[in-house]
Order: sequence, then C-alpha cells, then structure tokens
Amino acid sequence: MSLRGFVSFAIGKISGAIITIFAIICFNFVLFRMIPGDPVRLMFRDPRVPLEAWELARERFGLTGTLWEQFIAYLNRLFLHGDLGTSFWRGKPVLEVVAARIPNTLWLIILSIILAIIIGTILGAICGWRAGTKLDTSIVAIALSMWSLPGFCIGLIFLLIFAIRLGIFPLGGLYTPASGLSGLAYLRDVLWHAFLPVCTLIIWYMGEYLILMRGAMVDVVGQDYITTARAKGLKESTILKNHALRNAILPVVTLAGISLAYAVAGVVQIETVFGWPGVGRLMYEAVMNRDYPLVQGVFLVLAVAVVMANLIVDLIYGYIDPRIKIGRSA
Amino acid sequence: MVKFRRELERLRKLFVLLATHKMGVAGLIMIGTFAVMAIFAPYLRTVDPNITGLPGNILQPPSSQFWFGTDNLGRDIWSQIIYGTRISLTVGISTAIVTVLFGSMVGIIAGFRGGRVGEVFMRVVDFFMMIPALPLMIALAVILGPSIWNIVLVVSLVYWPTTARIVRSQTLSLRERAFVEASRSIGATDFSLMFGEILPNVLPIMFAQAVVMVAYAIGSEAVLAFLGLGDPMTISWGMMLHFAFESGVMSRATWWMVPPVICIAVLILAFTFLGTAVSDIMKPGYREARGL
Repeated sequence: MSLRGFVSFAIGKISGAIITIFAIICFNFVLFRMIPGDPVRLMFRDPRVPLEAWELARERFGLTGTLWEQFIAYLNRLFLHGDLGTSFWRGKPVLEVVAARIPNTLWLIILSIILAIIIGTILGAICGWRAGTKLDTSIVAIALSMWSLPGFCIGLIFLLIFAIRLGIFPLGGLYTPASGLSGLAYLRDVLWHAFLPVCTLIIWYMGEYLILMRGAMVDVVGQDYITTARAKGLKESTILKNHALRNAILPVVTLAGISLAYAVAGVVQIETVFGWPGVGRLMYEAVMNRDYPLVQGVFLVLAVAVVMANLIVDLIYGYIDPRIKIGRSA
Repeated sequence: MVKFRRELERLRKLFVLLATHKMGVAGLIMIGTFAVMAIFAPYLRTVDPNITGLPGNILQPPSSQFWFGTDNLGRDIWSQIIYGTRISLTVGISTAIVTVLFGSMVGIIAGFRGGRVGEVFMRVVDFFMMIPALPLMIALAVILGPSIWNIVLVVSLVYWPTTARIVRSQTLSLRERAFVEASRSIGATDFSLMFGEILPNVLPIMFAQAVVMVAYAIGSEAVLAFLGLGDPMTISWGMMLHFAFESGVMSRATWWMVPPVICIAVLILAFTFLGTAVSDIMKPGYREARGL
C-alpha cells in the first residue's frame, strides 16, 4: 500500500469521524429541546420567579428565537467559544466542570485497560495452551460470567466484601479527606483508594482479551510449526515462548483498542459505586440533580472522546498493518 | 403461512436440541424459576412492595416475619425481590421484541434493497454503534423521565443496530440464493420476497439475537435504575440497589444489597447461558457431532 493509499484511507476515516461528531452535536441540540415542558422551569423549582429572571435564563440557555436561530447560536457558542452551556446545579460553565474531572477518569481508565490487557492476555494464553482442561474451563467460565454482568454489580460485590465486611479498603473517594498527607504518602493513599475500582474494571474488561487470546492460542497450537517444534524435541516452555505466544499475540494487539465505548460504560458505573471524582461520577451527580446541561455536556465529551480515540486507533492500525487498509478500502 | 408453520417446526426442533446442551438446560431452568416467581408473585407470601412499614420495622435484619429483612422505609425486601422479577422480565422481553423486530426489519430492507436505501440505513447503524451506549442511554433517559416503558424505549433505541447489522449480512447472502431467484421469476413482489422468503430464513438468527438482547436489556435496566433513572414507584432490583446505595446505611444493611445483586447476576447469566446454547446448536455440525 502506497502513501497515497493511506492518505485516502485516512481522509475517509477522518471525514467519517467528523460527520459522527457533528451528528452527536445536533443530537444534543435536539435532546435539550425535547425536555417535556420548559427546561428553564426545571431550573427554577420555585414558581414565584420574576418574569425578567425567567427571560434572562431562557436567553442564557439559548432558548429564544426560532429553532433555526437557536441552532446557529448554539453552534456559534460551541465552536467559537467552546461553550457547552451552564450547569443548573453548579452555576458554572459545563466545560469547566467536566474538564476538572477528566484527569481522574483518564488515568483510572488507562491503568485499568493496560492491566486488563496484560492479565487477560496471560490468562488467555494459559487457557489456550491448556485448552479443554479443568483450569481452562473454570477460568473461561468465571471471566465470561463477569464480562456479561453489569459493572456496578461486580463493584458492589467488591465494596460489600472488601470495604464493608473486611474493612481493608476505603469505601470510596480519591484520597482520605483532611489527612494532610503529601508526596509519596499521598500517592500511596490514592493508590489504596484506586485499588478496588481498578480491580473491578480489570475483571470487567479482561474477558474480551482473554477470549481473543485463548482463541488465537488454540489456533496456533494446532499449527504444523508447533508440531515440528515438538518433533525437534524442544522444551514445552521454549515452544510456548518462542513459537506459540509470538504468533498468537498478533490478533490481540490488533483488536486491543476496539472496545473504548465499553470501557466508558464501565467507568461510569464503577466511578459511581466507589465515589471516584471523575467524569462518570459527575454524570451520576448530574442525573441525581436533574442538571440537564451537565448530563448532556458529559455525554458530548464522552462520545467525542470515544469517536476520536477510535479514529486514532484506526489510523495507527491502518498505517502499521497493510491488511487492514486493503480489507477496509475494498 | 405454510412456510411459517415449517419455520415454527424448526424452532420446536431448536428446543429439542437445546435439551441436549448443558448450558441451555441450566439457563432454561433458572429462567423458568424466575418466571414462576414473577407469575405467582402475589401468592409467595408477599405484600405490596411499596408499602412503608411501621417505624419499628425500619432496617430489620432477616427474620421469620421479613424473610429478607426490611429497608430504610420499613418495606419488605422479599416482596421487592419477587415483584422485581416481574419488572426485569417485562423490560427484558419487551425490549428484546422491539429491538429484534425493528432491527430485523431495517436489516432485511437494507440488505435486500441495497443501493442508496441500504447505504443510508447502514450509516445510521454505524452512527449508533460509534457512540458509547451507556452515556447515550443516560442522556436519553434523563430527558424522557422515569418510567419502565421509557427505559424499554431507550434501550431499544441503542441496541437495534446490532440486530440490523447481523440480519443485513444474512439477507445479503440469502438474496443471491436460488429459491429467491425462483420466486422472483414467477413474479413475486419485493415485499413478498422480503417477508415471505427472506424473513422465515432469518428467524433462527432473530431468535438467538432476542435471547442475547434480553440479557442486555435486563442489565441496562439495572444500570439505569441504579444510576437513579428508574421510576421510584416501580421498584426493580436496580432501583433497590439505588435506594440502598443512596440511603447512607449501606454498611449496616448488607441484607438489603445482597439479594438484588444475586438476582440480577443470576438472571443475566441465565439468558447468557441460553444465548450461548442457542448459537452453539445453530452452528453447522452440532447435530452431527451429537449423533442427532
């Protein structure tokens, strides 16, 4: 595949992502105007609000003028000023509220995915290598069960056992409040708080990688070159390391980045359960306060992040792996 | 009609085959138990799950009077669990029916017609598949307001594209088969080809997809209710967990949390087992391998 081939592939992918993001933005515009009754009424729970304040609020939420004018004004504010509206509950710009939570979510999600890929791949390799044994079936059964449960259920089970019953981990939050810790002690405190959420996320995410790796391993074990290696009298561990793993790991690497939407679903649930001050927990808090602009803001940020991340993954794989390019452009 | 009867016969055979699959049988037994709980709910020593108790009955641990204890408003948790089965099964099955019917219709039309219609449909499908499902469901549910039918609507809206995509790819290969060509040559209309020839042949896949969708829908309902998007007057298992989580007495009342978590997990696993079994027995070669 030539560079030109890649460029046209990239242009296709990028324009697809731009269209999707624009559609999400339009969707958000429609959604806010679908609220039964008047969104402003939901902000002022008190009916005795003076008419001027009412009008001011309508203007502030971009609800004046015809629908088309509203739409243009909405796009203007969004693209020229990065304005996602004002949170009912916090009274601050939505973007500011969301941005403050992004780092906490980002490192939680990245740490969990990386560990899930590593652990899932190792377990998958073991299962595939020992396919059909009791060890294999029990690991696969547990992993698949966890994978099909809603994440918050696993989170609640962990919370009940390790935080409430055994009391060895905190009930939630990012750090011990007012502990006065700093430096390394603070970092340790944060990691201690992150332990249960990360474990839950790993267990929840891992299933996919485990199954992929197991399948790849089972395929590889049946190949002629493994039989040849055995016939040469190589040690099992050498065969596993030098012949089987190397070939089996390829498809896993190629597919590793795919389920970001799934990862986001996990983060929303787990952050809520463990009171983790990230974007997911923010969405829950916004729901509980019926803070419509904030719910939508979080939705927009998460959706755009997933689309962008998928785009980047697609582009990287398209660049690295020539088969993908041919397969997709065909 | 004859064709449909033949297909029904095929579905019946599917159930016979299912009886040979361990996971399928396990799934069916678990689902059957929950179905009995749901149907006979009023006769299972239950009271109205919404009735708040006397002040003395608040947060009682399990006892002979309250088998699963009571919550922070003195409501009977056993009754909430039993009646919660009704909600989970209703939401799960209705969502599965809506998604599979709508998704299959779109899939058949997009696959059969192809061309610009198919292209547009698939763009819409792609759009939905690119957006993270849970945030989308939350954003929709918060706008539509709390009711289990809104949850059915929201979950269906998010999940129909999966079915549409699967059915479309089936339709694409079916449309080239000789029997479709034969019907066309004797003057069958597109409509009768789509719904008389193609539809009966995608029924098994629709069935498998529906089973999986029930599991998804039950899970999604639980998540949405847990996140505070359920109707406080219809207490589902997810809603119970939401109440417990928000009550602030979670650490004192483990009996309140454990039953709903277990029920959600078991019911979802039951449908997942059944789904795995159904897709297993539909694989070519399953029957032969078992000597059936």
